[in-house]
Amino acid sequence: MPRWVAHLLVVVAFAALIAVAFARVNYAWNWAGVWEYRQKFVQGWLTTVGLSLAALVASTLIGTLAALCLASRRPLVEAIGRVYVELIRGTPLLVQLLIGFYVIASAVGLENRFVVGVLVLSLFSGAYMAEIFRGGLAAIPQTQRDSARAIGLTPWQTLRLVILPQALRLVLPPVAGQLVSLIKDSSLLSVIAISEFTLAAQEVNAFTYSTLESYLPLAAGYLVLTLPLSALSRWLESRVSFEA
Amino acid sequence: MKLDVRDLVQQFDGTTVLDRLALATGDIQALVLVGPSGGGKSTLLRILAGLDVPTAGSIAFDGQPLPRDEAALRDYRKTVGTVFQAYNLFPHLSALDNLLLPLIHVHGLSPAAARDRVREPLERFQLAAHAHKRPAELSGGQKQRIAILRALVVRPRRLFFDEPTSALDPEMTAEVLEMIGELKALGTQFVLVTHEMGFARRVADELAFIGDGRVLAHGSAEEIFDRCAVPRVHDFFGRILV
Repeated sequence: MPRWVAHLLVVVAFAALIAVAFARVNYAWNWAGVWEYRQKFVQGWLTTVGLSLAALVASTLIGTLAALCLASRRPLVEAIGRVYVELIRGTPLLVQLLIGFYVIASAVGLENRFVVGVLVLSLFSGAYMAEIFRGGLAAIPQTQRDSARAIGLTPWQTLRLVILPQALRLVLPPVAGQLVSLIKDSSLLSVIAISEFTLAAQEVNAFTYSTLESYLPLAAGYLVLTLPLSALSRWLESRVSFEA
Repeated sequence: MKLDVRDLVQQFDGTTVLDRLALATGDIQALVLVGPSGGGKSTLLRILAGLDVPTAGSIAFDGQPLPRDEAALRDYRKTVGTVFQAYNLFPHLSALDNLLLPLIHVHGLSPAAARDRVREPLERFQLAAHAHKRPAELSGGQKQRIAILRALVVRPRRLFFDEPTSALDPEMTAEVLEMIGELKALGTQFVLVTHEMGFARRVADELAFIGDGRVLAHGSAEEIFDRCAVPRVHDFFGRILV
């Protein structure tokens, strides 16, 4: 059986299961009520896309910086990277958002919710990116650096011509996976009242009392973003295998 | 080449790997280092190749002392070639691009000139058919031969081989040793660390037996293999040469 047929089969079976479940609870659909607020969904979805794109760029930068800290031979620099990564990865994003927005951002007079949201989300995702990048660099065997030195490359040439081209291929798949997480994690920005996709659904639900009609489009809207990324990640993974 | 090593000490985290090692060779083409694993052969070779800086001591090739600072050592490394046990090649580049990389980025040749430079050596060592393959598509022996070629095409003063066949099966070992034998015939100077005693005997102008971080014996192949009175050396060959 071709793979796409198998996928289709599983999707159809799953959809049938859900349909049966809905039929049994006799859910009274009210799509008309929700349809009136479609503009809100579109706005929210676009905000989520914008947030995610901004956080994608910022978290890559932060992750690169933190990975360099982690790889540093200076104890203090390494410690900064390590404490940042462990602190962020070990605590809930919700808490980071609340502290970031109500305490730190207020203290420094930063009032733009969107900016604060992107910053906190980027710091959160950056910690995971840092570990991915550090792992990618560490995965390049020492003999590659030795060989590079032996032929007379400078440290910068070694990084540019030998280490990065290999490390980049290694980290692309996990980075794509991290981006999927980032997009979904952006839904938490609703707690600091950023009108992104999730908050839009919450509001429509509050207006229409049609919970499922509000949240099902939410799920679909996220899938539209995350499925292509997952596909990209798998495709990249299949291309990494230059080392049999 | 005429190698002069004096009072060479190499310590890693308090462990002494080379212990006031001294070695003065005649004006020879091929020096082979043999001895037990962990005895210091590879450590010595890495220092000779300009990859590591010793804790103390001095080294001179043909009267020219090896520098200690990294910038000067890099210039030195450009004039020699080193081949390790395995994973010499860059896996993201084809065999050909592996050969071109040092020519273009270290020695400043134009891509066209670099291609010209590698064409004839690729033919001579029957590697032209594999030039466009990635390392993962090459056999272990082919990989090592490309690695040797990469060291060779920059026209180095001498080559350093660090157990170039230790990761290979006997057939591939023979293939790589044959190439090193050809280089000997072509007049290439080299220092070789190996466990292939038969080949060592055949190719060495001088042999040094390294153990416990020192030169335990030094001389011609016959002197080391057949007439060495040093018990440590005698026992070693007694154990491995059946």
